[in-house]
Amino acid sequence: MNYLKKFYYGDIPEDKGGSNELKDSSKVSSSGGASDWPLWEVFIRSKQGLDHKHAGSLHAADAQMAIENARDVYTRRMEGVSIWVVESKYIHASNPDEAKSLYEPAEDKIYRHPTFYDLPDEVKHM
Amino acid sequence: MKQDSFIYYTLHLADNALILGHRNSEWCGHGPVLEQDIAITNISLDLIGQARNFYQYAAKLMNKQNAPSPNGKEVGGEFTEDKLAYLRDVREFKNCLLAEQPNGDWAQTILRQFFFSTYQFYLYRQLQESHPDEQLAAIAAKSLKEVTYHLRWSSEWVIRLGDGTEESRKRMLNALENLWPYTGELFVPAAYETDRMDLKNIKEQWAQKVKDIFSEATLPYPAEGWMHTGGKTGMHTEQLGFILAELQFMQRAYPNSEW
Repeated sequence: MNYLKKFYYGDIPEDKGGSNELKDSSKVSSSGGASDWPLWEVFIRSKQGLDHKHAGSLHAADAQMAIENARDVYTRRMEGVSIWVVESKYIHASNPDEAKSLYEPAEDKIYRHPTFYDLPDEVKHM
Repeated sequence: MKQDSFIYYTLHLADNALILGHRNSEWCGHGPVLEQDIAITNISLDLIGQARNFYQYAAKLMNKQNAPSPNGKEVGGEFTEDKLAYLRDVREFKNCLLAEQPNGDWAQTILRQFFFSTYQFYLYRQLQESHPDEQLAAIAAKSLKEVTYHLRWSSEWVIRLGDGTEESRKRMLNALENLWPYTGELFVPAAYETDRMDLKNIKEQWAQKVKDIFSEATLPYPAEGWMHTGGKTGMHTEQLGFILAELQFMQRAYPNSEW
């Protein structure tokens, strides 16, 4: 006998938990969630920072939602003052197999580091 | 009497924020997607933070004037924010009925939040601009920043769901049918609110905002119709009893227990 009805929310199926609707909406079938939404890469600029840094990724239906999601997911602890989002599919990455030819030639060219020069005090952010 | 009604009004603001905050917190860990789970929980924390500010202020006022316990019973010692939240009975809560309505599906939670955030936005703005009590105006000013975001966030979702798929629209219309009869109470002044707030003005702004967002969401703006009332004076729907049973259980079962 079902004397007590416990209210469940969200991801618990209504037939498992009993409907908590004021009006029965269990007839509306459920559809896919975030799996349908594209992935977005999030870049956050901190208060002191000059550049946007990659913070992570999230799912969102469009750019507007991606920015709001990023605000809620990545700036809860005052991490930033500016947000960029870009759909992950638009990021092109270098091929790890080509690492040898791309990066190793620079290894023996330490003279390219600016440490050999005396920096004037007026030059900031180096 | 004047001071009593001011304390009641402060408690009314606190209860609104606490009960809606508690409702939203029920989504924690159950949100439709991770990002929205965090979003609704953030809003919940904002609201509970607002409730704390109002409760702290109410407790201070009550201690100062040696007020009788708001539920007519001895609570023992000084009033505190915790006692006001955890030891008052259901009839002493002054939140609007809308705040205590069940989460339902995501559409219903979103629409409840949108109706309430719109109300809170204009209410806090009026408090901030014209309430003679500095402390209340200051709490409103602080909270307004949070509510501005809640309003933006929930508006986006109302538009997204109303003008979304056939399914999302159906759920939105269902939510509208459920919640609309609880919107009228927001603008019916209780005895403790009349002399300070211009609810007629807030109602006009609220209706305009809802109409604007609904027209973008292609949702019909319902006729006024018959409305539930009573929450502001402690006559609640059955829902609030269940909420308090969960919210107050620890303090009731283990008085004075602490973390």
